[in-house]
Amino acid sequence: MAIVETHNLTKNYGGQVAVSDLTFTIEEGEIFGFLGPNGSGKTTTLLMLLGLTEPTGGWARVAEFNPTREPIEVKRIVGYIPESIGFYDDMDARENLRFIARLNNMADPVSSPKIEEALGSVGLSDEAEKKVGAYSRGMRQRLGIAEILIKEPRLAFLDEPTLGLDPEGTTRIIEYIESLSRDKNITILLSSHDLKQVQKIADRIGIMIHGQMIALGSLEKLAEEKLGVDDKEISLDDVYMRYFQEGSP
Amino acid sequence: MTGIGAIVRKELADHFSSYRFIILFALIAMVSLITTYMVGMGLKEELGSVAKPRFVFLMLFTSTGPVFSLVQFVAFFGPLIGLVLGFDAINRERSSGTLSKLASQPIYRDAIINAKFLSGVVTIAIMVGAIVLVVSGLGLKLVGVVPGLEELWRIVIYLIISIFYISFWLGISILFSILFRGIATSALATLAIWIFFSFFVSMGATVVANSLVPLDTREDPERLMRHLRVQRVVSLVSPMQLYNDSTAIIIDPMRKTTRSLVLMGPIERLSSARFRRPLALSQSIYVVLPHMITVIAITFICFGVSYAVFMRQEIRST
Repeated sequence: MAIVETHNLTKNYGGQVAVSDLTFTIEEGEIFGFLGPNGSGKTTTLLMLLGLTEPTGGWARVAEFNPTREPIEVKRIVGYIPESIGFYDDMDARENLRFIARLNNMADPVSSPKIEEALGSVGLSDEAEKKVGAYSRGMRQRLGIAEILIKEPRLAFLDEPTLGLDPEGTTRIIEYIESLSRDKNITILLSSHDLKQVQKIADRIGIMIHGQMIALGSLEKLAEEKLGVDDKEISLDDVYMRYFQEGSP
Repeated sequence: MTGIGAIVRKELADHFSSYRFIILFALIAMVSLITTYMVGMGLKEELGSVAKPRFVFLMLFTSTGPVFSLVQFVAFFGPLIGLVLGFDAINRERSSGTLSKLASQPIYRDAIINAKFLSGVVTIAIMVGAIVLVVSGLGLKLVGVVPGLEELWRIVIYLIISIFYISFWLGISILFSILFRGIATSALATLAIWIFFSFFVSMGATVVANSLVPLDTREDPERLMRHLRVQRVVSLVSPMQLYNDSTAIIIDPMRKTTRSLVLMGPIERLSSARFRRPLALSQSIYVVLPHMITVIAITFICFGVSYAVFMRQEIRST
């Protein structure tokens, strides 16, 4: 069953097209790798799916809800980690998570055990008393994952969650993302430039260039389409670069 | 109302624990207490051997201390409270990446701006209320006169107008925090507008009056009246002038007009002084009702503009 569905979704800023006639679906429970160069329209698509910006044309459905008309319902079931993840630096990890829980109408006695569990899951229990301003980028990303765990959404939009992380931090975050899908059955829309990591965990891949989805499917399918091979050793880098070089279809 | 409570709670905690609030509050409380002490001691000395006039308690607010009266002080420095509380309300959230996170939670977008304004207004109300209470307490001790019911009502109305007046400046600063991405830019812009309304509007009023109705000779009273009317109309552009006029009449029952010029000869003045009576509270309100309504209206208009601009802006994390 499709949890995300778009049809001819379009967003223009003045005369500039950010997203053009985007039509795709994401099935419930899958990890969808959302790829594309900077400025290709990935973040704008995520914002439209979250109801944070209105499409100029077309429509989108997230778990049967219209993000433009029913943003609260959509935001209730979607966890979002933006590209530049922000926290209140003068608050510690628990306070940040408690604030998010309150925004999600969770009473403190209900959220407290969840906060402890989430902090434990991402390995931040020992650092929970520290002000978030003193956290490294990797720790902040892990705290972002903890936020998603608290919210227990059906769907998570992760916009460049491994950006700026060292290899160890990247691997750790990818493992957490995988566990969100495997253990919590959360559908993941993962926007990333880290093709190796996306290849590791994504069930399907969508490649956007100049606001258009120019490729959509499993890695094997895309490799066969573009490179004419069905070799299991094929790398996403090769496929992506081929699509990227050819530009729009 | 989804989410407003949580954001207001957090904002209030932020305000009351921030150094800028503590420093500002300490400064204003200190100046208010010193002014009240000086005024109270002066009143005690002056009125020690004579029958105390009515509304002596209100004199604590209107009598000029070492430099200014309490009412003048709030009119001039009150805006700083509003400006300091709001100049980075939205752009700080934007630059730290928390705005997109807030907006992606299951709350309406306007909950963010409503909560920012509401928490600012609550902070202002607590701050000004606390200062008025402390000043009243000190005044009671120094002057030894218990305020009458009418005096209390006048103080309450003064408090309400002051909260609206400072909230207007809060609205201005929140608007600038939405319009300008840079925190320093919005801080400078809010300061500039405060300086403009504090100093330049009154200067501008004189310039406009001089150019529209030049005073060649002072022998033409009609011309002088027209000159002053133009000057007054222009100066009413400033919220500070509106607030000054409103509070001066409300807190001082002996004042009967907001105009500075009273056309009366010396004999008339002497004769009327013998029958000088304070205005009833309802009459004082009647005199400055347009001013008070305007102060309240510009506060809501300012917030309304902030609201509209914020709702039309796109929220992105970068």
